[in-house]
Amino acid sequence: MTVTAPSRPPSAAKRGRARPRGRQALLGWIYATPTAVFVVALFAVPLLLVIKMSVSKWPLLTGDQGINAPDNFVKAINHRFFTDSVVFTVKYTVLATVLLLALGLGLALLVQESSRWNNLLRASFLIPSALGLASASLLFYVLYSPYASPLAPVMDHLGITFLGSPNAALFSTTFLIVWRYAGFYMVLMLVGLQGIPADVYEAARSDGASRWQTFRKVTLPLLRPTLALTTVLCVTGSLLAFEQFYILTKGGPDNSTITVVQLIYMVAFQGQNDLGVAAALSVIVLVALVLINALQLRAFRSEES
Amino acid sequence: MAIDSTSTPTAGGSAPPSAAAPAGPKKSDGITIAGIALRTPYWVFTGAVGLIFLAPLLWTAVASVSPQAGTNQVDGWGFGNYETLGGYQAGVWRYLANSAFVSLLTVALTLVISFLGGYAFARFKFPGKNILFLVTLAILMVPYATLLIPLYVLLNQVGLQNSLVGVALVLAMFQLPFATFLMRISFEAVPRQLDEAAMVDGCSSFGALWRVLLPAVKPGLITVGLFAFLAAWNDFMAPLILINDSERMTLPLAVSNLRGQVQGVVDYGATEAGVVVLALPCIVLFLLLQRHYVRGFMSGALKG
Repeated sequence: MTVTAPSRPPSAAKRGRARPRGRQALLGWIYATPTAVFVVALFAVPLLLVIKMSVSKWPLLTGDQGINAPDNFVKAINHRFFTDSVVFTVKYTVLATVLLLALGLGLALLVQESSRWNNLLRASFLIPSALGLASASLLFYVLYSPYASPLAPVMDHLGITFLGSPNAALFSTTFLIVWRYAGFYMVLMLVGLQGIPADVYEAARSDGASRWQTFRKVTLPLLRPTLALTTVLCVTGSLLAFEQFYILTKGGPDNSTITVVQLIYMVAFQGQNDLGVAAALSVIVLVALVLINALQLRAFRSEES
Repeated sequence: MAIDSTSTPTAGGSAPPSAAAPAGPKKSDGITIAGIALRTPYWVFTGAVGLIFLAPLLWTAVASVSPQAGTNQVDGWGFGNYETLGGYQAGVWRYLANSAFVSLLTVALTLVISFLGGYAFARFKFPGKNILFLVTLAILMVPYATLLIPLYVLLNQVGLQNSLVGVALVLAMFQLPFATFLMRISFEAVPRQLDEAAMVDGCSSFGALWRVLLPAVKPGLITVGLFAFLAAWNDFMAPLILINDSERMTLPLAVSNLRGQVQGVVDYGATEAGVVVLALPCIVLFLLLQRHYVRGFMSGALKG
């Protein structure tokens, strides 16, 4: 499993052929070599390795102990947190996606017109997205704590805690994510709205459409490519959630907020130390993700036609 | 393409405001008293929404220097929490240096690779070109964790375990889909006549790339560099898995670990100070390079 340089014989072989084209190919390959080296050594090889690991007995400390297929997959699926984490991750994904897309579109409509005030608003919506997810999680970790939070008196008074119960933890984390990402989705929605020609709206108005009708019958259908892109991005990101739960809830209370990626991390590095099972989980996540994205794209495409 | 050019400017007065905007009456009303009265609820509402987004940041900055029980800043205002942060394990300077090293190396690697790669994809025909481009984009499809576990094993085998260079290599790889894509469209937006003319004048292809094309794609490079920096500076999971020596932790990891410092009693003040130190470079860069930041998002949305 050494890091191998990408094979470059194709370019070398073609060198002798038609001069200009051969030279072109050679030059192209020379400029593309760094990309190819990185993609092969740090992406393709690890991807193959993870598949091999998923069918091998591979403890963290002793390394490869030979093939044991399909033990890892059986162990992964029978893991006591497997079902819970899948259910929780899906629940979180639906919640986060619905909220983020609705809010992203709402904010975009709110600041669509260009003015000084709106530029200021856009910038303030977007600033949190410059923060890292880990930094944002740490920020809200303090903000949600019963001791240091400015909301502590309110929590005390109402007798609620932000991270104390499973549902509260889920909603609090979702709020953090919405805060961090709403500006990002707003920008994507603004780009989509910008792509809708003004005369379509003119036509709708001259036909006497109300504002709501215009939104339902003109804006939303024409925004479909943007909605498809943002949905895919948001679903993918949410299904792979890790930092926010690792930092904010540590999977608690009562292991109620363990996501799938967190489970992979736990199996690999916390206690169980079994890279084989972690690799099997990773492969399951990868396949699920590819399938889900393919389904989403198909759904958006078939609606179109 | 900047943040302030998203909708058609209504300078002439005759130009219709983009009709989708639910945001109140026509622009010209803003000048009259009635117009201002009508717009006030809108300003109050949007201002409040904007404040929700800013408040957590402002609060953290203020709280990190304000007095608070259970921290190093018990009475009076001051930088006690930052002193705690400075004295934590290897010290904040060490972690800052580690983070700066990883971030700058990631930025440098990403810029060089995507600059050359974007040129190759935009200007040359070579066998395997489309496959290589698609595989590069496919990195986006693969979960972070799926790659980090084998990368942990691989980096161990080549002697890059527990190494900041290893982290930077991995982070640069994760930047490649976006960076290569953006540099390719940046190069494609430059007219071919420009580099062809340079080559007719005797430049080699590298000379043309360096002297003529580099200035032309500079905005793209700034966007790529900015995104690579933000991603690397803030990354949590790669160092979490690849680094296990507290001397070599990056800042996000150190601040996160800081919470469990004294027998489970969390020093919230030091955590706030840590968040400020983490967030400050990002916010400064965001404010300075806002246009490039938004452009990066938009290029993804337009072609994606």
